[in-house]
Amino acid sequence: MLRLLWLIPTLPIAGFLILILIGAKLHRRAVSIIAVGSVAASTIVTALVAISFLASPPVGNHYSQMLWTWMEVGSFASKFTFYLDALSLVMVSVVTFVGLLIHLYSTSFMANDKAYSRFFAYMNLFVGSMLLLLLGEDLLLTYVGWEGVGLCSYLLIGFWYKDRANAQAAMKAFIVTRIGDAAMAVGLFILVVHFSTLHIPSLMEAISGYPVGSPLCTIVALLLLAGAVGKSDQLPLQTWLPDAMAGPTPVSALIHAATMVTAGVYLVARTHAVFIKSPAVMMAVAGIGTATLLLAALSACVQQDIKRILAYSTMSQVGYMFLALGVGAWYAAVYHFVTHALFKSALFLGAGVLIQALHEEHNIFKMGGMRKFFPGTHGAFLASSLTLAALPPVTLTFNSKDVILNRALLPPAQGGLLWVLALIGAFLTAFYTFRLFFVVFWSPVHKEPGRNGPRLMVYPLIVLAFLASVAGLPELVKAVTGAEGFYDFLNTAMPKLPGDLGPAREWGLQAIYAATSVVAIGLAYRLYVRRRGVVDGILRTPSLTMLHRLLEMGWGFDWMYAHLVVKPYVWIAQANRDDVVDGVSHGLAQACRIYNRVLSLSVNGKVRWYVGAISIGSAILLAFVILL
Amino acid sequence: MATVPLESVLILAAILFVMGLVGVLIRRNIVFVLLSIEVMFNACGLAFVTAGWYLSRPAGQAMYFFILTAAAAEVAVGLGLILHMRRAFGTLDTDKIDQMKG
Repeated sequence: MLRLLWLIPTLPIAGFLILILIGAKLHRRAVSIIAVGSVAASTIVTALVAISFLASPPVGNHYSQMLWTWMEVGSFASKFTFYLDALSLVMVSVVTFVGLLIHLYSTSFMANDKAYSRFFAYMNLFVGSMLLLLLGEDLLLTYVGWEGVGLCSYLLIGFWYKDRANAQAAMKAFIVTRIGDAAMAVGLFILVVHFSTLHIPSLMEAISGYPVGSPLCTIVALLLLAGAVGKSDQLPLQTWLPDAMAGPTPVSALIHAATMVTAGVYLVARTHAVFIKSPAVMMAVAGIGTATLLLAALSACVQQDIKRILAYSTMSQVGYMFLALGVGAWYAAVYHFVTHALFKSALFLGAGVLIQALHEEHNIFKMGGMRKFFPGTHGAFLASSLTLAALPPVTLTFNSKDVILNRALLPPAQGGLLWVLALIGAFLTAFYTFRLFFVVFWSPVHKEPGRNGPRLMVYPLIVLAFLASVAGLPELVKAVTGAEGFYDFLNTAMPKLPGDLGPAREWGLQAIYAATSVVAIGLAYRLYVRRRGVVDGILRTPSLTMLHRLLEMGWGFDWMYAHLVVKPYVWIAQANRDDVVDGVSHGLAQACRIYNRVLSLSVNGKVRWYVGAISIGSAILLAFVILL
Repeated sequence: MATVPLESVLILAAILFVMGLVGVLIRRNIVFVLLSIEVMFNACGLAFVTAGWYLSRPAGQAMYFFILTAAAAEVAVGLGLILHMRRAFGTLDTDKIDQMKG
């Protein structure tokens, strides 16, 4: 069964090729069948591969399938090989399954869009590229997928490109990500120069021979981290994600919540051997993650656009994954990726149902009372919000964030500061999640929805929300019976760092986390359900108004970059407009203009002058012929 | 029959040609320009016939028929153009129609 591995990325890419070439001429039903069918087939193949991988684990707990030698230049050779281990299997399963549900949802969400086949062509290309990224055994192949998902992100953010703001948001996302990608490419070049290969297992083996803290490892780790930071929307390249919400909502759910923004997490987890060798960079990863999760969570508390709240929430949750990576809890980062992909796409899809039913209304304070109109969406939203707020025992998936926090107290990080900041982040997470939930679903009705959510849109999100809230089951089973859990499976691909808190402290911490969530939800309930208006009163204080505005703008990073980068660049470009190099081209143009003026003097429109010129010319020619 | 020397006939042809050319260059009325072109044609014709006679070949006279035909066609087209010019610009002065200058 494992030999079917190559089909997983090939099927969606085939779907893309069909749709992009002849999709515009096909009937909508045919487009849906091709688009959803290709991803569904890919999901089925993934399930088959996963079953055979789990039932009879291959030697060394990984399987690679070489298709052909891609390129061979001197001592450098790159092979087109797919690599399957616990890490890529988990990620591939999530991408295909969530991708399938979002494709189904989109057939209804985009039903009245003119560019139906173009949308699904891009979506299929995205799924294919993402799978290529995850399955590549060679970093070069991963890089192809990496750029492929970046391209799809650009195409889909700017999907409604006739609106200038959408096109600009797409451009911003593309360019900001590109800064990270350029650094990552340099990192790959350094790897090629030193090891003359980009084959990940060989690279990791070669690097494990280096001493801890060697300059090469530090530089490579930093450059790879820059790529990951750009893609995963972390500080300081985090400005593009809130604007990326300009795209259609299923795109936000699939690309900007569930899958692409976690590509950076995958990259760091995949190349963890490099990061282990440089503790400084590990600390940087943890620091970046913590800073991002706090700043984004604070911004999420004041946003009014439902999609922007969810975007800041995504940024913050990916920050938790980076914190996990930074403290060496690779398995916890991947576990949090899985649960986040499920509940965040459910939240986005729920937001899509509401936005469409309320005629493109994004402001949560203009929604209100949606509980009555959308019982299914309400239930799914509640389950996902509880999962996001990590509230046991209502949701079984309360432990994904807690493992990260526990690990922050253990070596190599041993950071009490990181732990405290992350705990504040958890409090804010529960608060902004339930602020959104209470305002949208439980406050008085402001606006009657135009229509109910179609079944094809509500069912996928119920499935996602259900899975999100039970995704913690394997770990609970492990805690009770001692069977092999999810983490042990992931640890076959990535080493588990030593250290343990012991059951007593773990239970104590667990109680703290639960209490934090409960208090935050209670606060949100008090402020936004019981005593509405209190918040408005507080915000009228002048100093708080300033802070509120700062948070709403996402800490003014856009403003800062506009003044630090964009304006100086534009100034230099303008000042440098007439330099020496331009002299050549301008001189050429000037010479042409002078020659043109001289020639047009002879074309004076006087017939008699023409006759005279012809006569003199003929006389001169004749003289030449006769005399020479 | 007294023979006229070749040179004098060719000189006569050259004089006629230059007269025609000067006419084309200095006259502004297009009718006279056309007439002067006619004179230049005939100067050429005279030179051809003379050369044919000098070389004892019929080609010179045959050439004159071609010139005659071309001249007739030129007059037909030229008169049409003159009529059109008169209608379009209200003048026959060639210097007045210089809209085509670059």
